[in-house]
Amino acid sequence: MKDFKVVGKPVRKIDAIPLATGQPLFTDDVDMPGMLHARILWSPYAHARIKDIDISEAERLPGVHAVLCYKNVPRVMHTTAGQAWPEPSPYDTAMFDRKVRYVGDRVAAVAAETPEIAERALQLIRVEYEPLPAVLDPEEAIKEGAPVIHDEPDCKYVLPIRWDPKRNIAAHVELETGDFERGLREAEVVVEGKFRTHQEQHCCLETHSCIAYVDPAGRLVIRTSTQVPFHVRRIVAQCLQIPERMVRVVKPRIGGGFGGKQSMIIEDVCAMLAWRTKRPVRLVYTRREEFMSAHVRHAMVLWGKIGAKRDGRLTAIELRVLSNAGAYGAHGMTVVNNTCAKTLPLFRCENIRWVADVAYTNTVPGGAYRGYGVTQGIFPMAILMDELAERLGMDPVDFWKLNTVREGDTHPIFEKLGEVGKGVAMRIESCSLPECIDRAAEVFEWKKKRAEYSKPQSGPVRRGVGMVCVAQGATVPLIDMASASAKMNDDGSFNLLIGATDLGTGADTVLSQIFAETLDIPVEDVIVYAADTDFTPFDKGAYASSTTYCSGMAVLKTAEAIKRQILKVASEMLGEPEENLRVRQKGVESKQSGKRVEFHEIAKHSMYVRKQFQIAATESFASPLPPQSYSAHFVEVEVDVETGEVRVPLYVVAVDCGTAINPKLAEGQAEGAVLNGISHALYEQYVWDERGRMLNPSFGSYRIATTLDAPEIKTILVPSYEPSGPYGAKSIGEVCVNGPLPAISNAIYHAVGIRLRESPFTPDRVLRALKGKSKS
Amino acid sequence: MEICCKINGEERKLCFEPHERLLHVLRRHGYYEVKDGCSEGHCGVCTVLVDGKPVKSCLMFAAQAEGKEITTARGLGSPESPHPIQQAFADEGAVQCGFCTPAMILCAHHLLQRVPDPSDKEIRRALDGVLCRCTGYQKIIKAVKTAAQRIGGEAK
Ligand code: FES
Ligand code: FES
Repeated sequence: MKDFKVVGKPVRKIDAIPLATGQPLFTDDVDMPGMLHARILWSPYAHARIKDIDISEAERLPGVHAVLCYKNVPRVMHTTAGQAWPEPSPYDTAMFDRKVRYVGDRVAAVAAETPEIAERALQLIRVEYEPLPAVLDPEEAIKEGAPVIHDEPDCKYVLPIRWDPKRNIAAHVELETGDFERGLREAEVVVEGKFRTHQEQHCCLETHSCIAYVDPAGRLVIRTSTQVPFHVRRIVAQCLQIPERMVRVVKPRIGGGFGGKQSMIIEDVCAMLAWRTKRPVRLVYTRREEFMSAHVRHAMVLWGKIGAKRDGRLTAIELRVLSNAGAYGAHGMTVVNNTCAKTLPLFRCENIRWVADVAYTNTVPGGAYRGYGVTQGIFPMAILMDELAERLGMDPVDFWKLNTVREGDTHPIFEKLGEVGKGVAMRIESCSLPECIDRAAEVFEWKKKRAEYSKPQSGPVRRGVGMVCVAQGATVPLIDMASASAKMNDDGSFNLLIGATDLGTGADTVLSQIFAETLDIPVEDVIVYAADTDFTPFDKGAYASSTTYCSGMAVLKTAEAIKRQILKVASEMLGEPEENLRVRQKGVESKQSGKRVEFHEIAKHSMYVRKQFQIAATESFASPLPPQSYSAHFVEVEVDVETGEVRVPLYVVAVDCGTAINPKLAEGQAEGAVLNGISHALYEQYVWDERGRMLNPSFGSYRIATTLDAPEIKTILVPSYEPSGPYGAKSIGEVCVNGPLPAISNAIYHAVGIRLRESPFTPDRVLRALKGKSKS
Repeated sequence: MEICCKINGEERKLCFEPHERLLHVLRRHGYYEVKDGCSEGHCGVCTVLVDGKPVKSCLMFAAQAEGKEITTARGLGSPESPHPIQQAFADEGAVQCGFCTPAMILCAHHLLQRVPDPSDKEIRRALDGVLCRCTGYQKIIKAVKTAAQRIGGEAK
């Protein structure tokens, strides 16, 4: 690794002390004079037409200031997906509609003096529903004769994307590279199977929160917990039919996002209520609402097939996918694209066939979730890899190493498919996956454990180990753009203004490290202000593993532009040509004469003395490539054959994120993602009744991992150097969330001989599988 | 209704409706460091110390706070002079989004008061009531150990 001063160091997260000491930094940590409280009326039906709605009584209730429903707001078809324009998601959503499509769909909204009055007003709204047959299962939804969920004539895509709403198909995509049939004919061993992955809520501890108000100049200000401030500004302006210049979106500290806040879930309603009442309006989801009326990870049905030669080389891969979009298509196609585009380029295999459909159903809508399709796509692939290794009599470690990409490789999928559509050809310039596998195997003691647990075991608790590898490409190339501005202050410090959105990940810190490294200054001299559409330049927002890589490059370019200006002023001050000069520890010095001038002198000179100007710059970076990050996952499980319970005592993950700009924060990303994955695999589950109602919308019955569930997670960062990224960095946010689901399934197989192809691995599912096995 | 109690060492009067929970009353009185993650007793981010013991403030009626001593994260330290536990959380990378952090720190504080040198198990048990979705808990557990060492070192 190259020698850096600030990059690669575990710099303390710049907002850690303010957060740890409880400063009021989040969206809802303010009160405003005259603030109203908003509540939303939810559909009790999975599918129904609203024959009529009467809001007059609610409007008359003292203390109520506005009631919204389809009758009194403009009908603007849009998508809630916070994606770059033009969005690759269908415009199938109106702020309020005459039809409801899932239990928890919006019917009306109220703003009132107190939350209690707002709640009472909801009860005064009279809705006449005409219930319609509902369809909850994606395989049923695409059958002939299924109820049509989007029968409104005005739903549409703004991009040429194949879909068929009459058949509940929100998107259809397919691809073939190489010659799949030939690859299959060449195969000497073939494994295949049907798989199912399940929905998952993001469970940010801070629910969706928004405060909107109209400022004295008549502009709408939206303070909101979002990953995508600029997209939210655009979508809210669209929904309210006001110019974008009338809208300002401010992102304070965010209490977790994980993709859940990459959609415009509540800002349109909150903004409309503020716009109508000219009063500040607060809308904060309850936990129950978060479960029932936000987005989830798409559940998918997947059919996988892999063929290999006897020597272990893969010859063909087939993946067919049916994704459950839920009631609306936000992120539907792009997530499913990534089951191919960001999942399969991990494998050294040219002959690939992939077909995917996205089905509307009358369930909670799917959306963006950390992993974004890779979580689902790698599940069948990694289990089939484990089966193949067994059939071929190879150790999984050797088998994965043989069949995963290396530095210098390319992959036909890169060019053919990206997240949105066509991809870009790419050579893999950085990949330390082979070392990741070796290092993790060693720390985990794979060989020893694999051999030991392969021996016959007795007693109720059986042990097993499993492993998988994952890749996840950074950014949506050619579409994602980030920018940064910076200016120099009198004392030689800098304001760094970025549209990038720190969700608690530490992005502000990482980006200030990149800035500080370039100018050779300490991080303390970088004052970060992030994500305010009035004051910071555009950034696509925090998604697609793009912040460190893409926003990082924008910051690097900005710092370099600033450096050029500084050198110019210094050259005049020192009377030496620029070529002789370099920045050094908050100053500029001459390589020849050794003369030096400090940054604060340069700043003052440029402000007050001669040829005055503000040292400042704005630069942008549009991502040309989607460099992949990699991770190798090793897990140990204990399966209780009497209770069906699965425990994870140890998890080792080795990650290649290029240069880790901040190793401590990078480890934190890996660990948080791994535990999220374990929690998804073992505990989390939406329980539905036959009418499409979620039966467990609470942390009491939808369980997520606690300190007592968390295994020891050992994280190993194995650096590589990505030439297209800032100081060699790639991304770290998502790649690790995808490993636990298949790794645990493989480990359970090793422990007790059952292949779990459907998640989650709850005690009853494990017991059923054990019973089935003992019968056969 | 109105009651008197001591919050972070200061005598305070709290006004509220009889049915209101301590969480919402504290937030309305400006104690925003007490977070609302579910309002139904399952996530723990609303934890405060009542007479030194961790309590989920969303489960406690505000009326029950009469005469009690309440401590929140802001009562332990400030950005200018953070408590050693707050410092350790920051140093160890235990703060990601920070939404669970005030509650985690209060639980850790209660633990270290009773058990100055806790084991991994004891730390996990003490923090079990607070959910964190960001960190995977590894660095939080480490931070509590670091804090214990630093506090122990100071005491010697
Ligand atoms: S807010 Fe009190 S336990 Fe969740
Ligand atoms: S740091 Fe985000 S919930 Fe714990």
